[in-house]
Amino acid sequence: MRNGNGKDKDGFKGAVRSFVASFGWPRIIIALFIVALFFLAPAAKVEIPSALSDVLNRFGMNAVLVLAMVPMVQSGCGLNFGLPIGVIAGLLGSTLAIQVVSVGPLVGIFKPGLPVFILAIILAMPFAALFGWAYGKLLNRVKGDEMIIATYVGWAAVSFMSIMWLILPYSAPTMIWAYKGYQLRSTIAVAGFYDKVLSSFLAIRIGDFVFPTGMILFVALMCLVVWLFFRTKAGTAMTAVGSNPDYARASGVDASRARILSVVASCMLGAVGIIVYQQSYGFIQVYNGPLMAAFPAVAALLIGGASVNKASIVNVVVGTLLYQGMITMTPKVINSLLQSDMAEVLRIIIANGMILYALTRKSKVAR
Amino acid sequence: MNGLQKNSRFLRDNLVVFIFLALSLAALPFSGQAGAIPDNLMARVTRNAFLVFALIIPIYAGMGINFSMTLGAMAGQIGLIFCVDWNVVGVWGLLFSAVIGTPIAILFGLLAGSVLNRCKGREMVTSLILGFFMEGVYQLIVLYMFGSVLPLRSPNIELSRGYGVRNILNLATVRGSLDDLVAIKTPAISLGGLVLSPVKIPLVTIAIIVALAFFIVWFKKTKLGQDMRAVGNDMAVAKAAGINVDRTRIISIVISTVLACYGQIIFLQSINNMMTTDAQSQTGFMAAAAILVGGATASHASIKNVLIGVTLLHFMFETVPNAAPRVFGQADVAEYFRSFLSFGVIALSLVLHAYREKKKEEEARRANRIAAGETAAANAAAAAEGGRA
Repeated sequence: MRNGNGKDKDGFKGAVRSFVASFGWPRIIIALFIVALFFLAPAAKVEIPSALSDVLNRFGMNAVLVLAMVPMVQSGCGLNFGLPIGVIAGLLGSTLAIQVVSVGPLVGIFKPGLPVFILAIILAMPFAALFGWAYGKLLNRVKGDEMIIATYVGWAAVSFMSIMWLILPYSAPTMIWAYKGYQLRSTIAVAGFYDKVLSSFLAIRIGDFVFPTGMILFVALMCLVVWLFFRTKAGTAMTAVGSNPDYARASGVDASRARILSVVASCMLGAVGIIVYQQSYGFIQVYNGPLMAAFPAVAALLIGGASVNKASIVNVVVGTLLYQGMITMTPKVINSLLQSDMAEVLRIIIANGMILYALTRKSKVAR
Repeated sequence: MNGLQKNSRFLRDNLVVFIFLALSLAALPFSGQAGAIPDNLMARVTRNAFLVFALIIPIYAGMGINFSMTLGAMAGQIGLIFCVDWNVVGVWGLLFSAVIGTPIAILFGLLAGSVLNRCKGREMVTSLILGFFMEGVYQLIVLYMFGSVLPLRSPNIELSRGYGVRNILNLATVRGSLDDLVAIKTPAISLGGLVLSPVKIPLVTIAIIVALAFFIVWFKKTKLGQDMRAVGNDMAVAKAAGINVDRTRIISIVISTVLACYGQIIFLQSINNMMTTDAQSQTGFMAAAAILVGGATASHASIKNVLIGVTLLHFMFETVPNAAPRVFGQADVAEYFRSFLSFGVIALSLVLHAYREKKKEEEARRANRIAAGETAAANAAAAAEGGRA
């Protein structure tokens, strides 16, 4: 065996083998699957330009949520199945922003559009920090079992907040049931507040193809922030704790603190992520909306080539593109070619299959 | 150990049980219709107990809560689909479903066991995801293969598009066939102002549950059961003792999956309809919540935990969700409260367990260090002694 090392004598073959080894079979299969879907698209009467812009749009909507996985993976907390906690912080931020600009003390101060969007993010941050801190404290006490506990803590938080959404005294007329006069609706339109503020910003339109410049730029900005963060002292400490806790402790890094910081960072990114999602989707989904939020994000990150204890920005970008490409194209092509709605089932199998693959892969770092 | 310490330890070990008991009792006065609770509770407990027992053996083998028990439930559901399709009625229908379901459950169990052997140390989260993954495979079978690859004979359970099973499967032909086989009904009892409605006692279902409990007690004493315990305690030691660790773990999952298959059939015969594509997901959460409410942990479970847990959880389901709307003044709260409690209890027990394990580890390390320190001191003293001599 050549261990897939690229410095082989037999040039091309070795290069291919090393590429396969570094890129991983699952990613290659999914990439080929998507390419095949694009080739089949004309036969299924799917318009390529609009399909492409759908893929880009969904990429932008989801990328920050996937990015939210990175800090926790890097610090050794595993895949953030507790993403709903960050999402809830984002939901609090966005609902509060709409509340205060439509009936609250800030009426008329924040203009619809970017200002409200930024206000939502600002209002979400304290919640994200608080929830993240508590959630991080909890995870520090259960080292080794983080993932299963995160899943259930996230779900419990979602159902707890569902009760809260029912009884919190929101009063903005666009958010509550008109016939009751109180209680949040299950989907709240963001139209008139920050609908498409990023997506339509500097958007480039060529026929049916629309490039959501603003949203992609924002995603790039968030990636840059995370990339820079991992080059600061705190960020390096985080990676050190994740890759070798004993070494990190020996070099004077406070492992618990680094881990909590990573959870806070994950929650903040989750909060920003859901607000970016809302501005493109057009609606805020409360109640059981965030219940399954973690799984597509986890699957996307893993399709991007990350493992349970190693993730990079490249994994996020590649993974989100591949996953969203698959999600967008499969229903369009398969459903029209096979005259069935099998795509949803395929999505369940592929997404969970990816997570399963990553969990069962022999990882180099001992758990 | 003095009495106070003993008491506080008892309290700590049974914290989850007490929280739930207190919550349910507090909710009782607000729940309304208290008289119906004994009958409902009997129905709920006999319906669910078998499923909860399915979780014991993997815990015994050190694999934690087997969230992939839903695979067994799916096997049972496939059995029931065939049973309704071929119109095998009554208790024979249930037996027929079990016969169809068993080989599928064994196959699923073998699959789950070998997957879980590849991720030692994080079995629980993997089994949860495996459950989701197989849900996709199950939907592929039920919605696309039935009626196209697999034969479907009766058109009234087929989707109108010509293949696939309808979203809701009417189980009228087998409904209650086990519960009603031999059942007695207590008379209505009047306690002061409270009238307790008659309680139906499904004797055969109870007999089956008791038999299963005895089977588990017996199984733990067999060679295989002892091997499982050894594997659960320490895989390395078990391996050194010549036990085939991987094989033992797979067997524990296979048993769990097959039991879940039977449990799901018993569960579904007690209710009228089966949600074809997602009846199993509820099952998994309920069973896990029940066994954890009963004081089981991810590494220890007994018959007592199952029985206390399933009774307590369903007592709570009878009281708290009914009381919650009255307390919060909102009707819709009940549903969310129910899921909050089942997710919450699983999270809470897993956290408490992981926290305790970590503490125990730290204590062991500290004890080691002290012991090592003492030995070192003794050695030094001995050396000094020797030097003097």
